[in-house]
Amino acid sequence: MSDKNVAGSDFEPRIVAFFCNWCTYTAADLAGTARMVYAPNARVVRIMCSGRLDPQFVLAALRKGADGVLIGGCHPGDCHYQEGNYKALRRFTLLKTLLAAMGIEEERVRLEWIAASEGDKVQRVINEMTEQVRKLGPLRLEQIHQIEGSHHSAAQVGKHAVMEGAV
Amino acid sequence: MSSLDNKHNGSARVGVYICHCGINIAGKVHIQDVVDIAKKLPGVTVAKEYKFMCSDPGQEIIQEDIKKGLIDRVVVASCSPLMHEPTFRGAMAKADGNPFMFQMANIREHVSWVTKDKGLATDKSKALVAAAVARVMFHQPLTKTQVPVNPNVLIVGGGIAGIHAALTMANAGKKVYLVEREPTIGGHMAKFDKTFPTLDCSACILTPKMSAVRAHPNITLWTYSDVVGVDGFVGNFKIKVKLRPRYVIEEECVGCLECIEACIFKHGKFKDEFNVGLAKRKPIYVPFPQATPLVAVIDPETCAYFRAKCKKPCADVCEKKAIDFNQKEEIVEVDVGSIILATGFKTFDASRVARYGYGKYPNVYTSLEVERLVNAAGPTGGEVVLANGKKPKSVAIIHCVGSRDANSNKYCSKVCCMYSLKLAHLVKERTEADVYNFYIDMRTPGKGYEEFYERLLLEGINFIRGRVAEVTDWAMTPDEEEKLVIRAEDTLVGKVRRIPVDMVVLAVGMEAQPDADDVRRMFNISCSHEGWFLERHPKLAPVSTLTDGVFLAGACQGPKDIPDSVAQAGAAAAEALALIDIGHVELEPNTAFVRDEFCSGCRTCMNICPFSAIAIDTEKDTAVVNGALCKGCGTCVAACPSGALQQNLFTDEQIFHEIEGVMNYV
Repeated sequence: MSDKNVAGSDFEPRIVAFFCNWCTYTAADLAGTARMVYAPNARVVRIMCSGRLDPQFVLAALRKGADGVLIGGCHPGDCHYQEGNYKALRRFTLLKTLLAAMGIEEERVRLEWIAASEGDKVQRVINEMTEQVRKLGPLRLEQIHQIEGSHHSAAQVGKHAVMEGAV
Repeated sequence: MSSLDNKHNGSARVGVYICHCGINIAGKVHIQDVVDIAKKLPGVTVAKEYKFMCSDPGQEIIQEDIKKGLIDRVVVASCSPLMHEPTFRGAMAKADGNPFMFQMANIREHVSWVTKDKGLATDKSKALVAAAVARVMFHQPLTKTQVPVNPNVLIVGGGIAGIHAALTMANAGKKVYLVEREPTIGGHMAKFDKTFPTLDCSACILTPKMSAVRAHPNITLWTYSDVVGVDGFVGNFKIKVKLRPRYVIEEECVGCLECIEACIFKHGKFKDEFNVGLAKRKPIYVPFPQATPLVAVIDPETCAYFRAKCKKPCADVCEKKAIDFNQKEEIVEVDVGSIILATGFKTFDASRVARYGYGKYPNVYTSLEVERLVNAAGPTGGEVVLANGKKPKSVAIIHCVGSRDANSNKYCSKVCCMYSLKLAHLVKERTEADVYNFYIDMRTPGKGYEEFYERLLLEGINFIRGRVAEVTDWAMTPDEEEKLVIRAEDTLVGKVRRIPVDMVVLAVGMEAQPDADDVRRMFNISCSHEGWFLERHPKLAPVSTLTDGVFLAGACQGPKDIPDSVAQAGAAAAEALALIDIGHVELEPNTAFVRDEFCSGCRTCMNICPFSAIAIDTEKDTAVVNGALCKGCGTCVAACPSGALQQNLFTDEQIFHEIEGVMNYV
């Protein structure tokens, strides 16, 4: 795959997707079973519930070189664990404020509710996001913030800022 | 806490196994490239590929490597973990490995089946394998906890599927709670006169089963009731059922129906739901003579006592003093270990297809209405008559109303061709009318079904292949005066036809119940786009759901005829019985745990746990997770400000390393 530091037509965005086990991961399986072809740029990390999504995971993905992060959970009211997706939404809202303060474009981190039957939505969202991030270009987080080697502070500050408001 | 700094287990020995899945994966992924990269990953001691890892020889490859001491943890890159994770964990356990030292990389559903370019698919596979390896390095041996299974079962819906499942379970000696929201069980089948293709009498085969349900010592039947609460998990559900007041004491009523006779309304005045509006009922009624239980119901919406007071002749005439206007709604709670949902379907609302004139022309009927007309116990005593009471001389049956139509439902409702044939036969038999079937395709797969179609052809029923454009009363010739005219293209002849008839029957399709969405939320299962309850696997787990212990039977899962509903009900009962007979369930050990040394006792986790699984150890002032209550969502872990809470199988360090793995090898 192309070098992420080379902006332009051959830039291939790298997207980490956190999908909840019960709805969105199942939907991605369904997209597969139905052979719905979509952009290969998103790699899925399975978590049991979007409520497990520690904002640090998003920061770690971006720091490790992801150009975008996609979070998928069950629709409001459908959470397998009753309300984990609401917690995810609250944390996500605060995380976005933090990311904006760090100079990271809003479109790079996206939260979507995708039900187990919505394989087509997985296809659409991943395609859309890949194109969106492609337009934005590589993130180059290290160059913006010079935080290489001191991830500890960024992740820690992020987590506390988010936790205080979210819980 | 930043677990990125932690060093992984230096002595870990990972075996990586890449599956071809025939050509499902190998056709899109350069398997050897993935094996080559896997060999170079830190901690990997064995990297192999095989045609079908899930097959016995495939599993044996893993087992041999474990036994030889080459590996102590395993990554299989194949299909979704939702498909084969249990298979490989089982294989490891059999070779005395710990089944949780395992991670799957989903390179089929998430890669080979959804990626166009082979090179990109290979890259993505490498990344997912690298992530799984990075993660499995931090896996710890875990054990499953066992919890006992309550042998009682809840069945929701008393149609033929619910009835059959209930009797199967009850005959096996299990306690069954059957909940039905209508005043009687029987469902749609109770409304039919005959069943296709054998033409045996629906009531004759159904009512004995209904009586058996009522009489069975192992079945508690709650009609006129709704499930209002579901709590707990497989083997241990807590159910709340609301018993609506019927103002007649069920235990006292002997079903003499004198009360109905005595009602101040001398004739029926209100819409009779059981007869789909073709007849009128009194405020006190039984839906039909074989209703089970045969207990009268008083509808408070229409009863004069509730509106303007009444001398209650119904109560006076009842020798058993069974009528009780003070009856109140009651909530009962029961514990069950498994649940079978058999909530059925509703028929398509024909007025949504305006061009067929339902609701506009009195002689346009739905198929369900005609089922009642041909039924000897129906509003006309089995006479097929028009709105004016006369027999029709010609009848048109329009297939696929609300099915196979981009404007309503794309799917085929599966039963309409066959019941249209049945109705054509019955209408012809009763009226000697000319019967025309307008169909798109004739779909008759099933035992004896095609033969039934052949028989109808020989009986002189007319079949016209073409979707009907409209039903109109606009006459163009004297023959068409006072008639309903069917306009349709006869696609076999290749011309547009106008056929005047006296009666039109709309073969309405099946739709999910209007409240299917509320029901699935209560039982924590999923629905397809169309609203049908989603099975765990369309082929291999058609009666299970993604929620363990909740099973599906009948048309709530998708359009089905009676034999299919009964077969599925039997399958659902067998699944529930299997669960009960094992006697325990093994819970996934993905529960949360607290590392005391990091816990400050802030109680953040306690407040956000939806299952009240976290308490505070007052002596140490640290959080404690109750493993039996924890369902393993991990919400508390994400919330813990000090990283003291962790989730088994989803620890911070496992996930951080998975992220790192996924990014490093793209």
